[in-house]
Amino acid sequence: MTRIAIDVRAITKRFGTFTAVDHISFAVPDGEIFGLLGPNGAGKSTLIRMMTTLLLPTEGTAVIGGHDVVQDPDGVRHAIGVIPQAMTSDLELSAEENLLIFAKLYGVPRERRKPLIAELLAAVELSQWADAPVKNLSGGMRRRVEIARGLVHEPTILFLDEPTTGLDPVSRTAVWEMLRRIKRERDLTVLLTTHYMDEADKLCDRIAIVDHGKLMALDSPMKLKANTPGENTLEVSFDDTPPDWRERLAALPAVERVEGEAPVFRIMSDRGPETTMALMAASAEAGVTIKSLAVESTSLDDVFVHFTGHQLRDALQEQPMSERRGIVRRQ
Amino acid sequence: MQRAWAIVERDLRRFRRSPMLIWMSLFMPLLQLIVLGYAFGGNVKHLKLGLVDQDGGVPAVKLHELANAVAANAQTFTTISYADRGQAIQALRNGKVNGVLTIPPGFSRRTLAGDDPRVALIEDNTDNFVSATLAGTFGGLLSAYNAPPPSTRRLSSQVTLETVELYPYVPYIQYLLPGTIVMSIFMMVMIGGGIIFIDDKARGLHEGYLVTPVTRFELIVGFNLSGALKAMLSGVVLMTVGAIIAGIPNPLEPLRMLRLLVVVAITAMALVSFMFLIMVRMEDPLLPRALFGVINTLLWFPSGAVYPQQAFPGWMRAIAIVDPFTYAVHAFKALFLKNTGFAAISFDLMYLAVFGVLTMAAATLLFRRTLS
Repeated sequence: MTRIAIDVRAITKRFGTFTAVDHISFAVPDGEIFGLLGPNGAGKSTLIRMMTTLLLPTEGTAVIGGHDVVQDPDGVRHAIGVIPQAMTSDLELSAEENLLIFAKLYGVPRERRKPLIAELLAAVELSQWADAPVKNLSGGMRRRVEIARGLVHEPTILFLDEPTTGLDPVSRTAVWEMLRRIKRERDLTVLLTTHYMDEADKLCDRIAIVDHGKLMALDSPMKLKANTPGENTLEVSFDDTPPDWRERLAALPAVERVEGEAPVFRIMSDRGPETTMALMAASAEAGVTIKSLAVESTSLDDVFVHFTGHQLRDALQEQPMSERRGIVRRQ
Repeated sequence: MQRAWAIVERDLRRFRRSPMLIWMSLFMPLLQLIVLGYAFGGNVKHLKLGLVDQDGGVPAVKLHELANAVAANAQTFTTISYADRGQAIQALRNGKVNGVLTIPPGFSRRTLAGDDPRVALIEDNTDNFVSATLAGTFGGLLSAYNAPPPSTRRLSSQVTLETVELYPYVPYIQYLLPGTIVMSIFMMVMIGGGIIFIDDKARGLHEGYLVTPVTRFELIVGFNLSGALKAMLSGVVLMTVGAIIAGIPNPLEPLRMLRLLVVVAITAMALVSFMFLIMVRMEDPLLPRALFGVINTLLWFPSGAVYPQQAFPGWMRAIAIVDPFTYAVHAFKALFLKNTGFAAISFDLMYLAVFGVLTMAAATLLFRRTLS
């Protein structure tokens, strides 16, 4: 039977009259990578701070690694590794020194410290930078130092608060790969917060969508997308269109709805390929020239809009269009 | 306590790699000692005195000679003769001379007749130090002028005062040294302790501590011990290098060094606790920077570091009574200038210890183990 690593029970946090986290409950089994997805101000950081004993819940509780955050915060602290949102390594100290200080803070036995630190620096591919002051490392390398630091006492559960914020795309991908590998090798349960859709999509086994302090949806990225209406979106622009063109588009097979104004339309379809073929045929028949056509799969963006009723408020990281769309262009 | 030591170790490693911080906090007070010590400590010399002799008689010439003797020996002033009194006063107003001595017409006649002869010293009283020096010098000069010729009597009926000094002459730089040591300790407490504490908090470094199993007590001990060690280092540099610069006799005498070390340690602990009390609930990194100068002024000047407390108004003496600087300065003065033992400074040490314990207890009560 799978053990529950993180069990959040109707946890609530109020600051005066403002409710930052409102009766959120979920459970994360051992070995899962679990993502909290939401915009800035959604309550993700408050939630993670309660789970990591930095904030006391106003109501409810969370049991982390078998320890209650209210009753036994010290037990929780021994069981978890935390990588906060801010880069909190000492810039003047080397990567190795940063890890050594935290090994002492966690009470790692003297004889265990040195081999463990060497092992962790190797795991985050920083062995050759062990003696370099952290201030000389790049943003991605600093984040890896922090991850190694969070593992210095060999926790079973790792919390990461927006682990790739501020990193360039290459460093972000490197951090994802490293997290997956470390999680696999060390049999970790990972909970991370993010406001990057692609991060949640590619890294997490399950995602909880949080907005305005409430849990809006929880499932695997695939299931969330499958349960979101409009599996494909066709974004198409035309040269000239007849007056009833929008209605004719809406009548194409599998179309759920049509958005936009001539000459650019967004067509939501249950079966993208079928609608695309029908669109091509209808355009040829009506003598309407298609200038461009992009077919987009349902993304977590659509999932987010579906469950929250609005777009993710703050900036999403740029993702190359070619990764998500098959683009057909006609001259 | 291993965790508290980890906090100390982290802080000291960082400190070691901040040469500018070390330079600023250790050597700037030395510079201040030298500049202030010599700025305030010397005798006023090389003033310019306008001399208007409207008499020209023998007694007036005798006065000239006495003034010239001062110019040649003590060099308090040099004389510039003016034929016209108005011209001399104009020169005084323009700052070309610092004072004007006028010997009026008939001075010699009145002197020889014993008819209350007078000379006038016209001063630029916008500078109290200069005018007091001129008045003092001329007071002595006229006493010498008025002195009767040596008597043949063996016993005098006049009462004379003989001053006996218990200790060697104390130049101002030595008087200033104790206050400078206390200030250097305080500077390190604020810069190396308080400001770093708030900056680390603002950068989120404390979050790193708070998610570890380190206890509240270990955190407080760690923060304060690292601050106190850095402050002690600063105090030790000042008490040795500063003592040599100030010319304290036998500056490295082992027993006194040991006693000084005790005072440095207790002062550092008391001031670190005080700083921690101020900073414990502070979030804004700009606030300690703004407070630093104000607190320093509020504590340093009333302490008697630069001027005797007996000259202060009542409200300032009230500050001095509770001011920990007062007791630290007094203890350092006793050890440096009088080379006393612990008996003479036991009250100072007790006050500093109690002050440290009370402020630390208050800070501990206010310290939060969580973010809010």
